[in-house]
Amino acid sequence: MQNRLWLWVPLALFAFFAGLAGYMLTQEKDQFVESTMIGEPLPEFALDPAFAGLPGAATRDLVGGSPRLLNIWASWCLPCIAEAPQLEALKDQGVEIIGIAIRDRPEDVANFLSRYGNPYTRIGSDRISEVQLAIGSSGVPETFVIDAGGVIRYQHIGDIREDDVPVLLAELEKAR
Amino acid sequence: MMRVLLVMLLAMLAPVCLGPLAAQDTMPPAPYAYNQLDDPQLEAEASALMLTLRCLKCQSQSIADSDAPMAGDMRHQVRSRILAGESPQEIRAWLVARYGDYVSYSPTVSASTWPLFAIPVLVLLMVGAVLLRRLGKRRADEGTSE
Repeated sequence: MQNRLWLWVPLALFAFFAGLAGYMLTQEKDQFVESTMIGEPLPEFALDPAFAGLPGAATRDLVGGSPRLLNIWASWCLPCIAEAPQLEALKDQGVEIIGIAIRDRPEDVANFLSRYGNPYTRIGSDRISEVQLAIGSSGVPETFVIDAGGVIRYQHIGDIREDDVPVLLAELEKAR
Repeated sequence: MMRVLLVMLLAMLAPVCLGPLAAQDTMPPAPYAYNQLDDPQLEAEASALMLTLRCLKCQSQSIADSDAPMAGDMRHQVRSRILAGESPQEIRAWLVARYGDYVSYSPTVSASTWPLFAIPVLVLLMVGAVLLRRLGKRRADEGTSE
């Protein structure tokens, strides 16, 4: 009689794996690759200006004073257009936003800013995504909170929606 | 009414259809994105490493297989770092420090991956134990029947 019970073990195992697979199929796929640089100091970089209107961006521009936002974007990126009003709102709250334009041309950057507004104090040109890779960003747009000590404190992946603005403001306050 | 609905439907679908097309930059690729290193030994090291690094944009491809601009920029990082004298292990570690184990196709033993390595060993041990018992039993049976 006891041996009979053992016969059910393979079936139970099979049912367990089939159930697990079925459950995982219903779970939403997480497509975002998060940076593991949160809590780490911003890597050293010094980028040329992305266009003639603003200075370039370097690590030292993000150190000292109060926390800042580092916005990774590009003129060819459609969600970056969607987040432009939210960046403007953050700027109106007194937040300094430093941009890094990925694989971009000066004329395209100038064109984008004249069309959708310019919330930045500086924009560095990252023509080969080297700073993007150095900070663990895997796409555009992404926004990082950098504290006064130059440490990366928070990462927002994707375009900033209206309800993300208070979250970012709170993270900036926390980084103070 | 029908026409209004149709226009609304098109307006909703337009970004979905146009999105991936428009979201491409027109910049030339990074110098080492598609150009091999001159030294065949170094290029072999670089390409072996690139086959085991995951593209972040197209997550089921290695950066050696992907034509995404970002994969090209990652290949440039790999080749220029190899050229600068870094070892493949150092470059992998540099990327893992930024993106986690996710970026590497070459699994290492860590807090979350140890069962992958431990379970096969355990299963083999169990199979071995069962076989030993069975064979031992049979031999004992044969011994008694003779």
